Amino acid sequence: MAAPEFDIPEIKDDIEVPKLREGVMSHVKSFPAARPIQEFLGYPGELGDDWKERALGKMGDLLGKYRSLKVFLDACVHCGACTDKCHYYLGTSDPKNMPVARQELMRQVYRRYFTVAGKVFPGLVGAKELTRETLDAWYNYYYQCSECRRCSVFCPYGIDTAEITMAGREILNHVGIGQKYTNEILGKVIKIGNNLGLPGPALADTLEGLEEDMEADTGVPVKMPLDVKGAEVLLITPSADFFSEPHVESLIGYAKVFHAAGISWTLSSHASEAGNFGLFEANYEMMRKVAMRIRDAALELGVKRIVVGECGHAWRVAYSFWNTLTGIGYGGNDPFSIELQKQLDPSYPQPQHICELTNDLIKQGKIKVDPSANDDLVVTFHDSCNVARASRMGTEPGGQFDIPRELIRAVVNNFHDMADGTIREATFCCGGGGGLLTDDLMEVRVKGALPRATALNNVVKESQVNFLALICAICKAQFTKVLPKYGFDMSMVGGVHQLVSKAIKLD
Amino acid sequence: MPMVNIAGKDVEVDEEGYLIDLSQWNEDVAKHMAVEEKVDMTENHWEVINFLREYYDEYQIAPAVRVLTKAIGKKLGPEKGNNKYLYELFPYGPAKQACKIAGLPKPTGCI
Repeated sequence: MAAPEFDIPEIKDDIEVPKLREGVMSHVKSFPAARPIQEFLGYPGELGDDWKERALGKMGDLLGKYRSLKVFLDACVHCGACTDKCHYYLGTSDPKNMPVARQELMRQVYRRYFTVAGKVFPGLVGAKELTRETLDAWYNYYYQCSECRRCSVFCPYGIDTAEITMAGREILNHVGIGQKYTNEILGKVIKIGNNLGLPGPALADTLEGLEEDMEADTGVPVKMPLDVKGAEVLLITPSADFFSEPHVESLIGYAKVFHAAGISWTLSSHASEAGNFGLFEANYEMMRKVAMRIRDAALELGVKRIVVGECGHAWRVAYSFWNTLTGIGYGGNDPFSIELQKQLDPSYPQPQHICELTNDLIKQGKIKVDPSANDDLVVTFHDSCNVARASRMGTEPGGQFDIPRELIRAVVNNFHDMADGTIREATFCCGGGGGLLTDDLMEVRVKGALPRATALNNVVKESQVNFLALICAICKAQFTKVLPKYGFDMSMVGGVHQLVSKAIKLD
Repeated sequence: MPMVNIAGKDVEVDEEGYLIDLSQWNEDVAKHMAVEEKVDMTENHWEVINFLREYYDEYQIAPAVRVLTKAIGKKLGPEKGNNKYLYELFPYGPAKQACKIAGLPKPTGCI
């Protein structure tokens, strides 16, 4: 690929706070979306003369709509607790990748136009005019934040930096500057049903091929049903699970679990995508439109349960937002929400994460596993940011950390966690989340993966770890691509259900 | 979008060098893109490229990696029907690099 060359950071023994190097990432600019994509999504095709009024108008609109945004812009006291918490700062050393500085790009404009002190004494309160230069800096640096919210864990005020990044991107879209990667994908999911743009017949052909493979491998006719009305479970999973390695290994794992447990299930060609990139741009209407496909499919197929596969941000949207986006929390008397509510089986969590489903089945003895099938592996687990910090699993606090680990320990004999401070709620982002998983941001992705690569390297050295287990399609694609830059083999990356797939007994 | 002159013909490509108009593809275009990608095209590379194009023609999408490895295994022998072999042919990844040379759009999503 014609990506520009850059230095790969060196892995040290510990995650070190680098010396500041002002502006070293200011050249990074993700490809902007072309006019047809922007217009399809309802945004201006390009930056117009009235961009400044539009930007400030949108900012005012968001401040009125989201009280949280106003609080987050007001509350920061510049204490600096977040400065060394961002993987992009740690990996790039650009001070604008310190969360406080990245937010300041918007906060200074907010003060100038939306606070009394900033309107009267802008110089005294660090308030600044919105200039074209600032707008360009927003585009540069709001696409060097993966909205992973690690900084928020350490902020004494609990400021959610991701929400500021999201607002920045929404304003940029509103003035005609969108990102090609995210917006192309939103177009595909709306037009075709998934982020890949995989049409129904291709999906059916792919699933058929996988059924043949599974039967050849196991001698058991494990199925991957598509659009089956009356199935008990609708599985919503990222389309990468159909398309890519190692993702597909987890899809095979889910199918084996349903087969072994005797649960009827189906995929949907209409909702053949769990991911919801609307989240990354904070456009509520877009996020709702994408989520609505899943409600439509669930009603159409008459399922009793909705289960979500290995996808980090999809689980956040499902767990935290489906209810108010498309469920009974939306509108109160929406007939379709009410119908779905009646249709779903209240004895299961709705939605349910695939890890919780499989873990429960193992604990109840409904499926049998042989962990020695994974004895060639020493496994560690990377908590995906959106699962770790924006959702939960099961009934207990911390279930989103404990359930995947409990499941892994049930299917492998050798497991070692990475160091405290790099896992669970303090997990580092893989470096490719939040709409950054694109080749034009490879420098940001590789450098942003440095903290995770460092923590991984330590368990590789100390405990001979040779498998990094994941529950997110973005994490899988990101690590497969960037870990080889740090000297790791890409085959050490895979899904939790890839491990389940090897250990499960099908007889 | 930039235009590239290949064998006397103007061809439109996107920022990353993928063809805009798929009908403009021919073997010269593929060879030109392969050089840009530093891929030395052999007969086995062409097998992959031809399969991608046939599949795209039928389904309007590149084949999933599993579908591709299986097809290549059938054509070139089972020892070559795996992801590792495809990475040997197309080091940047079969999905993206081979699609580019085959004149297909870039696959998108979490891949």
